[in-house]
Amino acid sequence: METIPIEHGLILAGILFALGLIGVLTRRNIVFVLMSLEIMLNASGLAFIVAAARWGHAEGQVMFLIILTLAAAEVAVGLGLIIQMFRKYQTVDINVLSEMKG
Amino acid sequence: MTTLFYLAGAIAVISTFAVIVQTNIVHALLYLILSLLSVAVVFYVLGAPFAAVLEAIVYAGAIMVLFLFVIMMLNLGQHTREQERGWLAARVFVAPAIMAAILLGQLLNVIGQLSHDVEVTRVGVFEVSALLFGPYVLAVELASILLLAGLVAAYHLAKK
Repeated sequence: METIPIEHGLILAGILFALGLIGVLTRRNIVFVLMSLEIMLNASGLAFIVAAARWGHAEGQVMFLIILTLAAAEVAVGLGLIIQMFRKYQTVDINVLSEMKG
Repeated sequence: MTTLFYLAGAIAVISTFAVIVQTNIVHALLYLILSLLSVAVVFYVLGAPFAAVLEAIVYAGAIMVLFLFVIMMLNLGQHTREQERGWLAARVFVAPAIMAAILLGQLLNVIGQLSHDVEVTRVGVFEVSALLFGPYVLAVELASILLLAGLVAAYHLAKK
């Protein structure tokens, strides 16, 4: 059986997480922000899978399943909010949400 | 297998980078699907076939279709693309990229201190489900309640 250095898997997860973070901080379109959040969640799931491979246990995959469920629920609620926002402001620019009144 | 790991990792990083600099939203979504599929390949190489299949079906399948559906519903076409071009100047990337690079540097510093070669052992669907319906059955129930809450919230929020 071949071996893979564990730090390389974790580095991949770290790079993906950082890229998602850049996306969240940079983008003004809320759909892109939600997509970048998905990238970050996926990167944390990858870290769990790498840890599961390190210890040879299935617990990491169980945690990945929980993250998957969380991502699905988050996307459903987030997209519902985007639809509601688009109805109200006819835009996907997050800067219009800077005034929190009523 | 090791080559496959590095190849899929490189594709994942490149396509994720393409997602965050893309102006066309549908192209960005397709790049994101490519990224998720290559991460699924990484899962498979790391000996987690069940997680790989779920990544392909749930992430690249269901969640991305949900995104596509909303993009089509909001009709974010050409006009959004020009708007994105205006917003996405190179200078807005500078500060976030520096901050994320500092964070990544710290992370890599910590990761670099551990070194351990993973002997890849396949942990199949049997072991995972034995855990899911054994000690972690409460987590499964909580996940189902979370999904139900998400369903109710999405229905309520998207309603006129």
